[in-house]
Amino acid sequence: MMFAPAPYLLKDASVSLVMTQVCLALIPGIAAYAWLVGPAILVQLVIASVTAIAAEAAMLKLRGKPLAMFLSDGSAIVTAWLIALTFPPLAPWWLVVTGTLFAIVIAKHLYGGLGQNPFNPAMVAFAACIVSFPALMSQWPSVGLQMPFLDQLNVILGLAPRVDALSGATPLDAMKTALKLAEGQVDIAHLLANQDIYGNFAGRGWEWVAIGYLLGGLWLWQRKLITWHAPLAFIGGMVLISGALWLYQPASFANPLFHLLSGGTLLGAFFIITDPVSGCTTPRGKLIFGFCAGLLAYIIRIFGGFPDGVAFAVLLMNLSAPLIDQLTQPRIFGMKGKQS
Amino acid sequence: MTRDEFSTIAYNGLWKQNTALAQLLGLCPLLAVSTNIVNGVMLALATIIVMALANVAVAALRNFIPHEIRIPVFILIVAALVTVVDLLFNAQLHELYVVLGIFIPLIVTNCIVLARVEAFAAKNPPLNSTVDGIFMGVGLLWTLAVLGAMRELLGSGMLFTGIDMVFPSLSPIQVLPADYPGLLIGLLPPGAFILLGCMIAWKNWMDARAAERAKRRPPTPEVVADTAEAGA
Repeated sequence: MMFAPAPYLLKDASVSLVMTQVCLALIPGIAAYAWLVGPAILVQLVIASVTAIAAEAAMLKLRGKPLAMFLSDGSAIVTAWLIALTFPPLAPWWLVVTGTLFAIVIAKHLYGGLGQNPFNPAMVAFAACIVSFPALMSQWPSVGLQMPFLDQLNVILGLAPRVDALSGATPLDAMKTALKLAEGQVDIAHLLANQDIYGNFAGRGWEWVAIGYLLGGLWLWQRKLITWHAPLAFIGGMVLISGALWLYQPASFANPLFHLLSGGTLLGAFFIITDPVSGCTTPRGKLIFGFCAGLLAYIIRIFGGFPDGVAFAVLLMNLSAPLIDQLTQPRIFGMKGKQS
Repeated sequence: MTRDEFSTIAYNGLWKQNTALAQLLGLCPLLAVSTNIVNGVMLALATIIVMALANVAVAALRNFIPHEIRIPVFILIVAALVTVVDLLFNAQLHELYVVLGIFIPLIVTNCIVLARVEAFAAKNPPLNSTVDGIFMGVGLLWTLAVLGAMRELLGSGMLFTGIDMVFPSLSPIQVLPADYPGLLIGLLPPGAFILLGCMIAWKNWMDARAAERAKRRPPTPEVVADTAEAGA
């Protein structure tokens, strides 16, 4: 294990306190989300939380660890919420359950539990599910879908048939498909202006969810639960590559603002790559980690086959985090050169 | 060969030095063909044939092979045998041959075969070597069968997919309900890695439990008598 060198500031920051505040910080995003798609997202949050607690309890019991201490730390809830927020809101209940089980059992406890997981559990769940169920994972509710709560519940529980009209692609996916189909005949400005799936800056409605995450993330930073390095570098990486391509060919690459407010960019920037366990711990390491994750997320999102690239980018960077940490050990005050 | 030697070789091949779970050899074909029971078992059968024949050939020739060039000679022997098996599969089970594809010729470079030839057959008499080749292969066979079963059950909810390529009168069994969506990751390479990891963990857990039990219960005269009888 690598830590920033001593001395440490003493701070009243138990795991459960941190996790509670992370959950609080997610609330603006969740509120915007619920306003956009209705209470379905709340149902998914409950399903994911219950599954996560049950799986966590079962694994702790199997491993002979004290139940109460680890269950109350809230880390499973944060993972569960991130899973619910990254999965399609009208996905069948078993999809979220499968993802959560995968995250808690395989990505967290098989690697040694809290603080030992090399990969972000929520992103592992997302990657496993999008690889296993590509169709279901790409069905997002169409724009402006007004659906009573009971109908949504029936769809999630599998009691009502899944109709195609319910679901559409995400704004990112729709743009990718439209550009591919038109083969250079359509430019982005035209798409943005003429399709009602897009709003002022990015996807209609989804842009406000992203801004909700941004607010929560800024609050986390203000509370000093996360540092500015990783989120800023992530946004910087994404803006740099999307801006360069946009300036080069504005007709076929969307502007940086669109990419910042689409997909999982801001959720990833503030809540996922700031994970203290699977991310980097040194300040320079966090900058490199965030920057590369931003670049990779954009590249996978634009040139890859999946709707969004944040999950895969984060997993790839999780793999390199230990190496980056080792190469960016800060100099200890009073010492010459690197202390390694 | 005594009963004792036989049971040691068998235990090593099937469990203690299991090629997949303890030695972690030949992972490439192991992960590539374990997408279902039939593929896995058929590749394991081909490997068993090659290993048994290669072991007996090398053991018989072991005193004539110059030590310095033994590896090329071993590879030549193994390659000749693999060519025989390859042609045999192509002629008799052509559909399966197409599925298994490159992995049959690749048995030549499979480190399991070379490892057994080098580590066992080059130092032991032919009969022991044959038994070793067979049991190492059977160890691979059951691992591949279990891994293949788990992968196809998770991935498609069926068992014995492709059995009709071997026995035309049989058909695959649908175990889980027909509307099971299929956890595709089971069929993909990551699923193979995860499930193999779980099997290795299971083996280590069984071994650790057995060792603990043996330690906790000091050998009483009856137990000694039992093991002596079983080994005799």
